[in-house]
Amino acid sequence: MSDTAARFALRPWLDRRPWIWSFAAALLVWLLTVAVVRGRGGLDTLAVAVQFATFYVIVGLGQMLVITAGPGNIDLSIPGVMTLAGYLAMGTMQQSNAGLIPGLLVGLGVGFGAGIANVAMIRLLAIPPMIGTLAAGFVAQSMAIAYSSGSTAKPAPALAAFSTMRVAGLPVIALVFVVVAVLAAQVLRRTVFGRSVLATGQNRRAAWLAGVRVDRTIAGVYVISGLLAGLGGVLLSAYAGGASLDMATDYLLMSIAVVVLGGTSIAGGQASVAGLWGAATLLDLVVTMLNVMRVGAGLRYVVTGFIIIAVLALAKGRARA
Amino acid sequence: MPDAALIDLAGVSKRFGAVQALDGADLLVAPGSRVSVVGHNGAGKSTLMQILAGTLAADAGRIAIGGQTLEGHYGVRRAHALGIRCVFQELSLCPNLAVFENARVMHHALQGPGWRGRARRLIVAALDEIFPGHGIDPDRAVGELPLGQRQMVETARAFTVTDEPVRLVILDEPTSALDATAAEQLMRFIGVARERGISTLFISHRLAEVLTHMDELVVMRDGRMVGGGAAATFSEARLVEMMGVVEEKEVGPDAGPRAASASAAMRVQDSVGGAGSEFVARAGEVVGLAGLAGHGQRDLLLRVFAAAGHRAGRHAATRVAGSVAYVSGDRQAEGVFPLWSVAANTTIGLLRGIARFGVIDLGREQAAARRWREQLGIRTPDVGMPITGLSGGNQQKVLVARAFAAGADIILFDDPLRGVDIGTKRELYASVRRAAEQEGRCFLWYTTENGELSHCDRVYVFYQGRISDVIEGAELTEERVIRASFQEGAAAVA
Amino acid sequence: MLALIFLRQPRAASYFGLTLLLNFSLPLVFAALSQLCVIALGDIDLGIGPFVSLVNCIAATLLATTPALGWAALALCVLAYAGMGALIHLRQLPAIVVTLGASFVWLGLALLLLPSPGGAAPDWLQAATGWRPPVVPLPVLLAIVAAVVGEWLLMRTSYGAVLRGLGGNQRAIERAGWSPLAGRAIMYGVAGALGVLAGLATTGLNTTGDANVGGQYTLESIAAVIVGGGEFFGGIVSPAGAVIGALIMLLTGSLLSFVEISSDWQLSAQGGILILVLALRAFGRRPAA
Repeated sequence: MSDTAARFALRPWLDRRPWIWSFAAALLVWLLTVAVVRGRGGLDTLAVAVQFATFYVIVGLGQMLVITAGPGNIDLSIPGVMTLAGYLAMGTMQQSNAGLIPGLLVGLGVGFGAGIANVAMIRLLAIPPMIGTLAAGFVAQSMAIAYSSGSTAKPAPALAAFSTMRVAGLPVIALVFVVVAVLAAQVLRRTVFGRSVLATGQNRRAAWLAGVRVDRTIAGVYVISGLLAGLGGVLLSAYAGGASLDMATDYLLMSIAVVVLGGTSIAGGQASVAGLWGAATLLDLVVTMLNVMRVGAGLRYVVTGFIIIAVLALAKGRARA
Repeated sequence: MPDAALIDLAGVSKRFGAVQALDGADLLVAPGSRVSVVGHNGAGKSTLMQILAGTLAADAGRIAIGGQTLEGHYGVRRAHALGIRCVFQELSLCPNLAVFENARVMHHALQGPGWRGRARRLIVAALDEIFPGHGIDPDRAVGELPLGQRQMVETARAFTVTDEPVRLVILDEPTSALDATAAEQLMRFIGVARERGISTLFISHRLAEVLTHMDELVVMRDGRMVGGGAAATFSEARLVEMMGVVEEKEVGPDAGPRAASASAAMRVQDSVGGAGSEFVARAGEVVGLAGLAGHGQRDLLLRVFAAAGHRAGRHAATRVAGSVAYVSGDRQAEGVFPLWSVAANTTIGLLRGIARFGVIDLGREQAAARRWREQLGIRTPDVGMPITGLSGGNQQKVLVARAFAAGADIILFDDPLRGVDIGTKRELYASVRRAAEQEGRCFLWYTTENGELSHCDRVYVFYQGRISDVIEGAELTEERVIRASFQEGAAAVA
Repeated sequence: MLALIFLRQPRAASYFGLTLLLNFSLPLVFAALSQLCVIALGDIDLGIGPFVSLVNCIAATLLATTPALGWAALALCVLAYAGMGALIHLRQLPAIVVTLGASFVWLGLALLLLPSPGGAAPDWLQAATGWRPPVVPLPVLLAIVAAVVGEWLLMRTSYGAVLRGLGGNQRAIERAGWSPLAGRAIMYGVAGALGVLAGLATTGLNTTGDANVGGQYTLESIAAVIVGGGEFFGGIVSPAGAVIGALIMLLTGSLLSFVEISSDWQLSAQGGILILVLALRAFGRRPAA
């Protein structure tokens, strides 16, 4: 009797909380890391990991929205947009606090423009999102390359300070974006727009027939993703002390990985915001752990790639009804 | 000489959820004969063919082919090996491949050097024999061919032979996409095939065609055979009579049909079918759309939907006054949001009404969901439950609730009650009546079950995209509906 | 394209000039054909660039020092690709994410072998890519051969028709009794083999190994296939077209440098051509709809 009682509660409870796996795995990896360094600086490791994870979360939020809007929707322009936004924002800031706001606006403007461009390609030119955003990303990257050859882009000191600031040992920027993530989750659950995204993602045709403004919704997610990519690029540049051409190369796969590993369904219609944090922390801790073990970049990439494919292959079995 | 029946089906049954598609169907097909299966919507014809072709498995019953009862797994490859080919309505061609390459796909034996020439010759020979003068280039990609030619290719391909003989070819509405010449050629060829011992199993709604060219007819109704015999012994009228689904008294004017007052607001006007094919609906009316599936009813509903919301797909000849909501019959493809709760599924249509600055008032959402649960009698203790936990009938009720909750003036029913249990149906009929009478809502109700038409004030019967008959509630009989379903302009259209 | 280039730089219109110009088309031609195999099935391969880098690194290290190990590693690479195809079918996974994840694996392995550029291409490989056949420059010759072989294998063999059909209407192929699992695995395996050829060509031309050499092959190969007449869905592809598309992509870069536009814009231009072709096709299709 107790057997059935235990079996009854666990499975559906777990299924409703897909983000649990990523947090559990993150915890595991952290413990491993702490074991390897024999307890020194364990908390600091966590803080640094969470710091880096924040950037994954910022762009991950945008990618999550796009992916949730339905199968076939994906934003591959994120790295290019991040780079371009970073460069242009830094260039505008020119290392002075007066330039902070304009710089920020420029970065967001780049993101907004990219989002609009993506929507135009998808809606007007009937280009599959995969290709359109990929090409847009390359165009943005090219523009960044061209721009970079003339300038030394450094962030406004205030922004740089903000991005590295800590409160009680935890990075402020991470705390800010935990709040943002919570807000995002509420948006999905409680706003007309959020419901529209979830409906469109579950069943585009049913959403259309139910009166949901499908076209506007899809346009919206791409624009938001662009804005977040722009913001991410600006903040990342500020943290790193300046923009660099290869600063966002990891973000193509990572933005998708944190979404998928965090429990958001690649088929759309189901998003897990909390999972973004879990997955981002996990991936960063994995990198940290491998670094601590003196493992080179090569193995790091291999392990990351394998984890992503493995989780995808294992999780899918459940999702296919 | 004992002639082992080519096909001998006995007591075949098949159930899809709540729907009993086949209920002890029997079928006997002799070698070298032309048999046609006729019946109205939902009679079970397609299901039976799919079981015979190996694409569906029967729940019960015995299948014997060529005198041998089938044991074990029966699938498409085995069917092919036994000489059974099937041409379904949704074609099985690869649009990116050429005609002769599609022939290759069906025949594993077409390989090795020179396969291209052999495949070409094979398919061209079949096309020439069945459809002389077809003018189809075997090297063209199938996707570039018009629908009629694609149908010709797929039909001809079914008759081609390499290493496995053909004994039975099942054709599901093969002439619907063909022009008159090609249709005639096909009918003639089926006779030729008969001389060679190949049997043809034909599903068609063209009664005249079937009576002329077939040797035998089988009439299906409610998943079983209700009659059959030599074609010569039947007439169109008799067939229509036999196909009737419900008892006379169920189809007829409901208790006191309301004369829709001419002063009620005009809701829908559609004249896409041309002059003499005008569709009209007013506030407070329940208007039925009848006829065989796929003859333009759904197109009308979608046109009305597009016109009401200024969406893509609207037509100049469709005029709509009022807001519109759509209730689909294909729950999974077009209706239900499977990851959501009952409440969320119900309120998706009225979100803007309960939101302030885009933020939804969760309290009002719950209240709305509960209110409609009561109104429609949805059997669920908790509106927060996932919708997939509900029975099919109750899920359908949620979809109807969605349309009602959205406060629409016009509600479009796209055959929503197919496969729903009778108890749920009765409750929904009452809800529709109430909404029409007390709230003045207008219903456009497309149904493939003629019995439901008795709840309508007026019925438009569709045939080939045009309205073939308009029947006022008082004059509604099933026979008239069926007659109009199979012919054009059966009665004087008012 | 060629005409424009010759206008600017008359000396390019020579045997030597053409060879120089088109030399680096070799890897791209093979990469484009590899991408073609995947696109023919309606999928897309976002990991071909790093895969080429990996092969490059294997060739510059293992193949030169311990050939047996090197060939075994390359064979494993091909099998890995086939395995990827099988996995995608068995678990119904989206190819885009799987190949993207695989791209990390390829890159990581490449970095493991060669954390920084180095190594040396085996002599025979250098000789092969440096071969100067009479009359026709090597890259042109190989491009023609690749196009012909590709066309024959995919468009003219009986099984090739089935494989293309898999991309056109998988259910129809399944109903006709063919195994979609085998088909997918085989196509991906071929894609892997072509990727290996691309990597070997790169090694021969560059004579060294570099884990980042394959960077732009991903977009360029996709663009080459599409510009050459392929479509993302429906199994409509053209091997000869892909080869020509690869040449066009390459020449775009050359043209830009001749007209003195910085190479920074090369990727943009290639992306731009891709979008242009797709947009034109979309507009061309509208009147018929």
